[in-house]
Amino acid sequence: MGTKLYKRVYVWEFPVRLFHWLNAAAILVLVVTGLFIGDPLALMENDEAYKTFVMGTVRYVHFVAAYVLLVVFLLRIYWGFVGNKYARWKNFLPFGKNKAKKLGHVIKHDILLVPEKKEDYYHELSIGHNPVASTAYLIFFVLLAVMVLTGFGLYSQNASWWLPKLFSWVPPLLGGDFGTRLVHHTTMWLIILFIIVHVYLVIYHDVVEARGEVSSMISGYKFARWERFRSFVRRKEKIRKILEEPVEEEMMS
Amino acid sequence: MAIQSTRETYYEAIINQGYTRRDFMKFVTFMAAYLGLKNSAIGQIAKALETTPRVPIIWEHYQECTCCSESFIRSDHPIVADIILDKVSLDYTETLMVAAGEQAEAAKHETMKKYHGEYILCVEGSVPLGSDGVYCCIAGRTAIDQLKEAAEGAKAIIAWGSCASNGCVQSAKPNPTTATPIHKIIKDKPIIRVPGCPPIGEVMAGVIVHVLAFGKLPELDSMNRPKAFYSKRVHDSCYRRAYYDAGLFVESFDDPNAKKGYCLYKVGCKGPMTYNACGVIKWNNGVSYPIQSGHGCFGCSEDNFWDNGPIYERLTNVPGFGIEANADKLGKVAAGALAVGVGVHAVAAALSKRKEMRKRRKAGQANLQDIEN
Ligand code: HEM
Ligand code: SF4
Ligand code: SF4
Repeated sequence: MGTKLYKRVYVWEFPVRLFHWLNAAAILVLVVTGLFIGDPLALMENDEAYKTFVMGTVRYVHFVAAYVLLVVFLLRIYWGFVGNKYARWKNFLPFGKNKAKKLGHVIKHDILLVPEKKEDYYHELSIGHNPVASTAYLIFFVLLAVMVLTGFGLYSQNASWWLPKLFSWVPPLLGGDFGTRLVHHTTMWLIILFIIVHVYLVIYHDVVEARGEVSSMISGYKFARWERFRSFVRRKEKIRKILEEPVEEEMMS
Repeated sequence: MAIQSTRETYYEAIINQGYTRRDFMKFVTFMAAYLGLKNSAIGQIAKALETTPRVPIIWEHYQECTCCSESFIRSDHPIVADIILDKVSLDYTETLMVAAGEQAEAAKHETMKKYHGEYILCVEGSVPLGSDGVYCCIAGRTAIDQLKEAAEGAKAIIAWGSCASNGCVQSAKPNPTTATPIHKIIKDKPIIRVPGCPPIGEVMAGVIVHVLAFGKLPELDSMNRPKAFYSKRVHDSCYRRAYYDAGLFVESFDDPNAKKGYCLYKVGCKGPMTYNACGVIKWNNGVSYPIQSGHGCFGCSEDNFWDNGPIYERLTNVPGFGIEANADKLGKVAAGALAVGVGVHAVAAALSKRKEMRKRRKAGQANLQDIEN
């Protein structure tokens, strides 16, 4: 097996990375504070109520993180229209050029773990999201939307600002605050399940494919085989032309 | 206007009943206060009651326990029950009317014909739709039949209590009679929903006085509940709220925290999801309300409150997963199973990708040898 040439590709632009980590932080805070709101710990406290504000603080933090989540969510939607080709909405839809082949590869070799026989299968790998991942992210977007809708729906009744009030139509749709809370709480668990799989698979791809999966969300770069670049195609073309050109000196001798 | 000359006004009826003008003004002031109206509204209500001829009311009872009527006739001010309900306006109600049988039915039909498009239909109870509605029959006819007939000529409908507004206990799973709230059956009339099991008497009085005095519905929220009484959660007007915000909770009903009057959230209080005026108006002429008596809110004015998880715990029950399943239990099991699955996948990957990765590592090492500096 000869030397393979890899080149850096700028996959995740700065806004994408920023949104990713803000989202991660917000969700972590929301899950922890949310679980506390749902089942607060017993305080061993003998002070008067006015001296403590534990539940109030936890809820406050939940709501601050909720606004972060909302803003990032909206900005990410916007970025899906103006970002680079790996950030665009088209990525998240399960159809498109070469997607079937890539999808097949993920299912066969990454999920079912059939050993890879081919020497070279780089053209079956995705550079941005693979088709399975992108579908999962699309579903995750929906889960976040559900959290934002139900969360701000619960919040709207006590809010005086117009923005949370925009969500006041949600609870009546779900049969009041009872149903809204049920959806809010249950969807949190779906988000936790997503996170477990997401973190595992990122590490898996990093280890198996060695293309810088984990660090890409910090640096923005992944690595891709030179064969995939236009420069490679042009170079090949040039070499082919050179080889085909008649070498005149030799003819004369 | 023609009607006005032939019918008594509320004021006339009240005075004829032996009340004084002073009693009348007190009553009006009460009502304005409950409705959350400002001072100037007192005059408006008084004026309206002085000049408006009485509006006939037909009060139907379907699948219910009559607790709404009970609550209503015990509301704070005697004029409410005495005048509005008992003597003056009520042309038909199974529980309170003197007439019975054919006479009663005849009186009802008389009102429905004479005041077509004018009378207020009050409904207590849900309507069973299962088996063609045979689970509730009055005067030999099904409730659904009766409701449609009475609703046809009504000016507006008031759905009293959780039964008529939400379905209440008879619509709890598995809802054997297909008990259905009024707004899901009648679509072409203005409907006021006044949920609660029962609704607070003063709330009922406030709603009906508003309708009678002003001739229009009180301001309603998106679920058609009067805003004056249902725009705040029990939690928002609860005097134990400071303990909630502090994080000081009753852990069990016999602990010292219960004695100190801490928040009842962890022993199942549904106040944070329940829209009602209990914390403000209270019950039994303002004596107390559940939380003040040491028991969490039951959530009685919310849709489906019978099936929304256990009463004395704060759990998120997930429908369709059995009685013992709550969101956290299911979530933990699912997350655990998934973690195991991921672990198994990782081990399997390490095994099946072993050769591939060794080959790649070798190639990398070969490249390392090859590199110059
Ligand atoms: C990933 C996102 C989120 C997670 C995991 C999460 C989790 C939770 C959980 C577990 C609860 C407790 C539910 C219960 O009472 O059983 C909760 C409550 C709540 N959450 Fe969220 N949440 C998220 C996003 C949001 C957002 C965006 C908002 C918007 C304002 C929000 C607002 C609320 C409100 C108002 C409550 C009720 C608090 C109360 O009862 O005082 N949440 N959340
Ligand atoms: S007792 Fe119930 S309504 Fe009152 S503060 Fe606690 S949770 Fe809220
Ligand atoms: S405190 Fe709750 S359960 Fe009790 S009457 Fe009020 S709304 Fe219903």
